Amino acid sequence: MFKRATNHQEPAVQITVDGLPVTARRGDTVSAAILTAGCVEPYRYTAVNGTPRAPYCMMGVCFDCLVTIDGIGNRQGCLIPVSDGMVITRQNGKREIES
Amino acid sequence: MSFPESLHAAYDVIVIGAGPAGLAAAATTAEAGLRTLLVDENSAPGGQIYRAITTSPLKNSSILGKDYEAGNDLVHTFEKSGADRLAGCTVWSLDRERVVGLSCGGEARLIKAERVIIATGAMERPFPIPGWTLPGVMTIGAGQTLLKSSGLIPSGRLALAGQGPLLWLYAAQILRAGGHIAAIFDTTPLANYISAAPHLPGFVFSPYWIKGLGLIREVKRVVKIVTGVTRLEAQGKNKLQTLVWEAGSRTGSIDLDVLMLHQGVVPHVNLAMAAGIKHEWDDIQLCFRPVLDESGNSSIKGIMIAGDGAGIGGAESAAERGRLAAIDTVANLRPDALAQIPSRDNVRNRLAQTMRGRAFLDHLYRPSKVFRIPQDASTIVCRCEEITAGEIRASIAIGATGPNQLKAYRRTGMGPCQGRLCGLTVTELMADERGKSPEEIGYYRLRSPVKPISLAELASIPQDETAIKAVVRG
Amino acid sequence: MQTADVIIVGGGIHGCSTALHLALRGLKPILIEKDYAGRHASGVNAGGVRQLMRHIAEIPLSIRSMDIWEKIQDLVEDDCGFDSHGQVLVAEDESELAPMRDRVAELNLRGFNHEELIDAKELRRLVPAVAESCPGGVVSRRDGAANPAQTTTAFRRMAERRGARIIEGVRVDTVKRDGGHWYVTAGSEVYSAPVLVNAAGAWGGKLAAMLGEPVPLEVVAPMLMITSRVPTFIKPVVILRGRKLSFKQFENGTVMIGGGYLGRAYPDTNETDLDWTQLKNNARTVWDLFPIMREATIVRAWAGIEAKMPDDIPVLGPSRKHDGLFHQFGFSLHGFQLGPGTGDTMAELIATGKTNISLEAFRPDRFETADIGDKHEH
Ligand SMILES: Cc1cc2nc3c(=O)[nH]c(=O)nc-3n(C[C@H](O)[C@H](O)[C@H](O)COP(=O)(O)OP(=O)(O)OC[C@H]3O[C@@H](n4cnc5c(N)ncnc54)[C@H](O)[C@@H]3O)c2cc1C
Ligand code: FES
Repeated sequence: MFKRATNHQEPAVQITVDGLPVTARRGDTVSAAILTAGCVEPYRYTAVNGTPRAPYCMMGVCFDCLVTIDGIGNRQGCLIPVSDGMVITRQNGKREIES
Repeated sequence: MSFPESLHAAYDVIVIGAGPAGLAAAATTAEAGLRTLLVDENSAPGGQIYRAITTSPLKNSSILGKDYEAGNDLVHTFEKSGADRLAGCTVWSLDRERVVGLSCGGEARLIKAERVIIATGAMERPFPIPGWTLPGVMTIGAGQTLLKSSGLIPSGRLALAGQGPLLWLYAAQILRAGGHIAAIFDTTPLANYISAAPHLPGFVFSPYWIKGLGLIREVKRVVKIVTGVTRLEAQGKNKLQTLVWEAGSRTGSIDLDVLMLHQGVVPHVNLAMAAGIKHEWDDIQLCFRPVLDESGNSSIKGIMIAGDGAGIGGAESAAERGRLAAIDTVANLRPDALAQIPSRDNVRNRLAQTMRGRAFLDHLYRPSKVFRIPQDASTIVCRCEEITAGEIRASIAIGATGPNQLKAYRRTGMGPCQGRLCGLTVTELMADERGKSPEEIGYYRLRSPVKPISLAELASIPQDETAIKAVVRG
Repeated sequence: MQTADVIIVGGGIHGCSTALHLALRGLKPILIEKDYAGRHASGVNAGGVRQLMRHIAEIPLSIRSMDIWEKIQDLVEDDCGFDSHGQVLVAEDESELAPMRDRVAELNLRGFNHEELIDAKELRRLVPAVAESCPGGVVSRRDGAANPAQTTTAFRRMAERRGARIIEGVRVDTVKRDGGHWYVTAGSEVYSAPVLVNAAGAWGGKLAAMLGEPVPLEVVAPMLMITSRVPTFIKPVVILRGRKLSFKQFENGTVMIGGGYLGRAYPDTNETDLDWTQLKNNARTVWDLFPIMREATIVRAWAGIEAKMPDDIPVLGPSRKHDGLFHQFGFSLHGFQLGPGTGDTMAELIATGKTNISLEAFRPDRFETADIGDKHEH
């Protein structure tokens, strides 16, 4: 959904999202990295009705950016900076709960 | 990141939020020798306006504009002041005894302060249109955050909709960054130009006048603008595909990948309300704001509010209000240090200057009712629990009288965002439906944790003497 | 002046239930509530519908309530979110199981069979996620949970439909008795009736004192927490005996954690403060007992204002000082389940002058003697 406006100099950071390798930049938040990667859509499914969602506010207000980071669920991806080797899993909402 | 060894068990002052108000307040109290801690859930200082000021990949370019660079001075002064800073640290509770609940890197602490200055700023007003939950629809603030902190611009077809200074600023920034905007849908009600006119003289002398006009001109040269927009509907199956719009009798639709919405900002009240601070309805800015004295003292002794969280005033006035709160704090806790910091009169004068023109903006950009109170029954109001305007109206019809009673019928406001994105809509919708004022209807009763805290974090709070003494009373 | 057959002070589950049952018996009650119905304990409690581990004196009322709970839809035309997946008391070790055995035996002797001793195997079947080391416990299979705000609101709505007048947002300030009638001033209005019911919850002690019948009531603020949605893993409500815990997973996956840890109550301003040093202990217990919960997040927490009596049973029944005065308060953290049956009993008592449920243990003057009697097992 997003692309980089400049060829900036920040070092690359390697993470995985649902097992796929994604290259982010130092200073990116987890949500920014996922929105730029493009390979993972939708960003998540809701726990209530299982509808697709993506980050809405990017400032910690809406909780539509929830992801599992290194095994810990329900984290606000828009507030957490990426770090090398981070393992991110998308939350599949309703399906996960009813499993 | 977790709690550093150097963290004290108690502080003279804890400032919450590292935007202009918080940076200025913390720097001032620390300069006066008060033991000060500044906390922010973001990893870099700057708040919303100066987001990523120290780390932005666009730092040295002309994209973000000169005003953004002003954040550098604030951060500099803060860094020299000797205050402690906790970054990436979330405040999840605050009570009337000024015990602050913090979580950081998977651990939690309770720390007490003599004074707490809440500088948690503003958040964007909810913009509940049909389809606003689709991936691809986000706020302009979100777009700007991605631009400032990561140098990102939308790929694919982009439109902006709404109103307010931020819309024009972001549009200009996107264009300067080489982005493209398919169209801008301006929702400013035409009647606002008339109600704002009497306040124009104040505005003409404010710095916003020249800057604002310049930005609008810069954008209008290259982007198609639809004015007087009265209805917006985002459509798409699993993500945004089309925006359908009406502007009076004109209608149209446009295929899009990204739609960004914005209709102004409102005080972010959650922490202050959860602490029990009294708020009242502001009928011009159409939001709840805390009841404060001139320095920013709230209804709870020792807790102050500065910056946009105290009522929307913009970045420059936020910094001055941060200083005013700090001066009052120093006057109470260490009066002999007052000589070392700016005088109250100076700060007051500068604050008055920065507030010039505010009334004009407030009136011009007062959002219209159709975009605050959803008319379509199927429009989602509570994004977390996926509850529609129609469902809320049905609950009112069978007896729900206010936002808290509504919880007996629907789970509105009970999801993870804790009502941040539905609170104002629910209050205004119920007021409208029941023929009452928003003040009479009231807001959700909010409690800590204002941000979710993991069971592990909660269980990690140390069995520490001081922490316990600070909290267990009577 | 407005007149009625009965004036009820307090719009909690008890006041609303009594109002409904009086109206069903053809009487005209007026209910006066200072805030709105369900604003306090009755709207914010854990929703536990529990006969398990009740004080012996409360059991007949509790059973009468249970019969109503099971047909709640017929009474109030709302399911009240009631489910009956049972409630389980877990013994963490053998020393906790022994007294449970004794209690179940005693109940059986007295003819009560709702509590059933279970071994480790049955415990694991009912609560698969519980820590391996627990040797057994007690189950009450008809028990369950309901949505408290939905329930109290449903009782309020149905009471009104059956002819009760519900007045919200005005506080009862003064009460006078004259010529066999009560005169109650609330807001700018005076209400009069031959019968007055004190169902004022945590404020019931204040009203009783005003009427010359003081009781040692403590105002407390029990706290609750709720987690984000986690995969479904538990159906019944689980309670502990040694460490304080009550634990309930809702259909939507969220889990409510309680157990009677107290915050601070400010009844004059309707405010409460949470005490996180206490909730931390609550979190630790869950951490120990349910490893599956370790990754969950707490999304909300709150406290309600509740009345607690020294012997943990209510003040219930006729006044010993005045004719035409009845008390119905002091439910000591477990009055929600009792609401339907107690309202029914009170209405019977007021309408017919008698009830076959013994209210002796709940007399308002029981605290006048120094010896309060045996504290119940809890
Ligand atoms: C957090 C919590 C968890 C709980 N969990 C459970 C549980 O799982 N199961 C269970 O069975 N019980 C539980 N309880 C206990 C249960 O909620 C209460 O015992 C029960 O709701 C008491 O009902 P009530 O009608 O007596 O009181 P309330 O609901 O407090 O109602 C009293 C009403 O009287 C009004 N009032 C007071 N003074 C005046 C006046 N002067 N004029 C007008 N109005 C007045 C008040 O505003 C209030 O609305 C819990 C309680 C709490 C707080
Ligand atoms: S995107 Fe809104 S909270 Fe993260």
